[in-house]
Amino acid sequence: MEFCGTMAATLALPQAYSQTIATALGQKRKPTLVWLEFQDCAGNSESMLRSTHPTVEEVVLETLSWEYHETIMAGYGKHAEAALQRVVNEEKGKYLVVVEGAIPLGEDGIYCTIGGRTAIDIAREVCRNAAATIAIGSCAWDGGLPSAGINPTGAVGVHEAVPGITLVNLPGCPHNAANTAAVLVHYLTFGALPALDGQNRPLFAYGQLIHDQCERRAHYDAGRFVQAWGDDGHRQGYCLFKMGCKGPETNYNCPTVRWNNSTSWPVKAGHGCIGCASARFWDTKSPFYERLPHPAGFGVDVTAGEIGWTVVAGVAAATAAHGVGHVVRDHFHTSAPSAPPEAESQATTTASTEVK
Amino acid sequence: MARVVIDPVTRIEGHLRIETEVNGGRVTDAWSSGTMFRGIELILRGRDPREAWIWAQRICGVCTTVHALASVRAVENALGIEVPANAQIVRNIIAGSQNVQDHVVHFYHLHALDWVDVTLALKADPAKTSQLAQSISNWPKSSTTYFKGVQDRVKALVASRQLSLFSSGDWGHPAYQLPPEANLLAVAHYIEALDMQRDFIRIHAVLGGKNPHLQTFLVGGMSTAIDGNEPEAVINPERITLFNELAARAKEFVQQVYIPDVLAIAGFYKEWFGYGEGLGNFMAYGDLPAGSINDPAGFFFPRGVILNRDLATVHPLDPAKISEYVTHSWYEYSSGDGVGRKPAEGETNPKYSGPKPPYEFLNTDAKYSWLKAPRYDDKPMEVGPLARTLIAYASGDQQVKKTVDGVLAHFNAPPTALFSTLGRIAARAIEADLVVQKLPDWIAQLDDNMSHGNVKIHDGDKWDPESWPKSCAGFGLEEAPRGSLGHWVEIENKKIVNYQAIVPSTWNAGPRDAHGQRGAYEAALVNTPIADPERPLEVLRTVHSFDPCLACAVHVVDAQGKRYGHEIVVTPEPEAAYASTGGF
Repeated sequence: MEFCGTMAATLALPQAYSQTIATALGQKRKPTLVWLEFQDCAGNSESMLRSTHPTVEEVVLETLSWEYHETIMAGYGKHAEAALQRVVNEEKGKYLVVVEGAIPLGEDGIYCTIGGRTAIDIAREVCRNAAATIAIGSCAWDGGLPSAGINPTGAVGVHEAVPGITLVNLPGCPHNAANTAAVLVHYLTFGALPALDGQNRPLFAYGQLIHDQCERRAHYDAGRFVQAWGDDGHRQGYCLFKMGCKGPETNYNCPTVRWNNSTSWPVKAGHGCIGCASARFWDTKSPFYERLPHPAGFGVDVTAGEIGWTVVAGVAAATAAHGVGHVVRDHFHTSAPSAPPEAESQATTTASTEVK
Repeated sequence: MARVVIDPVTRIEGHLRIETEVNGGRVTDAWSSGTMFRGIELILRGRDPREAWIWAQRICGVCTTVHALASVRAVENALGIEVPANAQIVRNIIAGSQNVQDHVVHFYHLHALDWVDVTLALKADPAKTSQLAQSISNWPKSSTTYFKGVQDRVKALVASRQLSLFSSGDWGHPAYQLPPEANLLAVAHYIEALDMQRDFIRIHAVLGGKNPHLQTFLVGGMSTAIDGNEPEAVINPERITLFNELAARAKEFVQQVYIPDVLAIAGFYKEWFGYGEGLGNFMAYGDLPAGSINDPAGFFFPRGVILNRDLATVHPLDPAKISEYVTHSWYEYSSGDGVGRKPAEGETNPKYSGPKPPYEFLNTDAKYSWLKAPRYDDKPMEVGPLARTLIAYASGDQQVKKTVDGVLAHFNAPPTALFSTLGRIAARAIEADLVVQKLPDWIAQLDDNMSHGNVKIHDGDKWDPESWPKSCAGFGLEEAPRGSLGHWVEIENKKIVNYQAIVPSTWNAGPRDAHGQRGAYEAALVNTPIADPERPLEVLRTVHSFDPCLACAVHVVDAQGKRYGHEIVVTPEPEAAYASTGGF
């Protein structure tokens, strides 16, 4: 029940739902899940291994029947491929599929083959026959790292490779297993996916800015910034905005769920956010050490260089800025050339308003 | 004669295909093929060198962090930066704990199922399992009730007829030789090791923000602010206590579970000291410096080369002798595919010439892999824990010698037994033991510095790109869990103009070269016994003993690469003109 309580909290459900979750998870026939890996680094698989609430063994052995996952499955070669085919053929429309890694479309897909078949060939067959597809990590979402810059292999995310399927996107580099587990639990409990934004991302995880949930936010509001790595402010946990932190324009629940049994997260460990849950973040959030040109919450007439001097006098303005943050951000996105796609912030803004 | 193919090779990182020729129940030839390609170094061109590590780290999520470290070292080498002592120690703690965690995960979650039949655990007597456990270790979780509980869990899984990850295993294969009790013991520890890796890696969460893909490296140091008087500093007295607790628990697990399990399981498979030898050439760059990274004499893992199984001579390592061939790789060199190229002059034009998918067999007489074939002085080399252990042993490291001799005495085996599949497994366990014993020293050094008011964690003199020379080049060497790793970088006008990585699994899993010399996997597989060509479990044993990591192994540098799909054209801010635009 502790696990069910944690899940209810992650999903932002009332604690009364703990019992509903427990009942649903106690059912006899376990739903089947297959996990596909394409142009990946297995970082999302590793992240799943670090899951604590629930643990990976609870998910894999007791909650679901995890029939295929190259990184950790017992079978190999043609026996592994037969296991995948069995699921596709015998459980058509009933199983879940997780996709990790990008899918290369260049040169007819020869940049990634498994068992002699191309990634795109496998993805089409397995995702189209599934009840739902969960694209975890940034590569499966929008092509991620392999698609950055000149995109040498024509790498794309699942939604572009296999359009028209029931899809949840869980971007991040890697995904946070707490969120993935929460999506699975929601699906098993209610038979439906959780509320999604315009980019098919669950609102419970991507509905809020990192900046608005950040433990260093008070320092930002008070104008206390790290000026150099290891300086007095850095040792006192000041705001990392001037060191390039992308928290003010990244939607993710990183600060609240944290990582590795809620031990920490990058900003807590002294480094700025790199915006890894944002659309095409390798291109849109890099250079990672450049401070954002126009800080959210200050209007576009205040440049980053002035922050730290003007802000001290503007605590009231900063507080008020929370309420108008979205409006300011939208304004900022139209004026800043390196901003993420307009659609992202608008979709998120609308959706999160509805939820509240 | 039969061609036996394994694709995918599972329980590894990445996409690996092995083709073998089997005659009379033995492997007579083998070919190793990497079947996925991304082109990360190509993508790195034109970026800010200070953030190269963030990109390069994504070469691999299993050996997460090792590419970040090699990358910052390469850029620091190019810019002439020496990191502060505190940063060096933090990096050692991160790399050391990665080594221990990775070795444990490899043995239990990636390799054990080649030796352990999960279904036979059902036939075990929990009381006898308890006796077995207590005869090999003082580990407290060893009661009859405990093993009964684990067995019940396996029973429930089997009764459900939904075996999950275990549904497609080779259960009942004649090559499985453990008694039921040893199988049950191993299954229990498979589950406990999941706990261990989850718990222990919190040391990375504190020092890296998260694992996988830590986020605290900086060119010039680390972002983990250290201050004994600041509760908000990332490293403070409370955290030092946590590091010590985590390291102590890891040591208990390694010494009371991992090592005894390796010894016990190996005891039932002694003939595997006679299979899987391979090349007999071993190489290590060395790592885990006592002081400066530029002083190899202070490395915890010594540097050197062993040739032709000769443990009497450790040759000095000269990085200038490294080159890469593409004779059997899906690339072409402008100077012709018959000649190797040095990494600093690395050139790779991807050109797939394999069969059109879906395909049944590769044409292994021609090009057959996305991996290149690295060579040292034109010789293929094995890298990894066995190479490191042999080089330390042959260099006369007393602690290594004592531990290795102890293990050899346990099996009544000569040092040459280490040139084998089981030798690799033993060396990995020995290494985890040595490193986990070393961790408290580094934590104590950090604590000592902090107590004396040394709070320097970053050298910012070269942080501003304006302070850099117009052009410079450097390299960063490292010992990743899977072996010797090198990154080479060339910087011009504050941007990366060339980036190259040669990775452990490229050494081990690479294909043949222009002279037809096999790579390490290919050589090690020759003579492997195969009981049933339909179920070539034995091939997996030797391949897994190297701990393959294929995402790492495949890479490319190429200025003329083809472009596809949705290129994002980012118009940079004027002051950020050096970033994001290169390569277009």
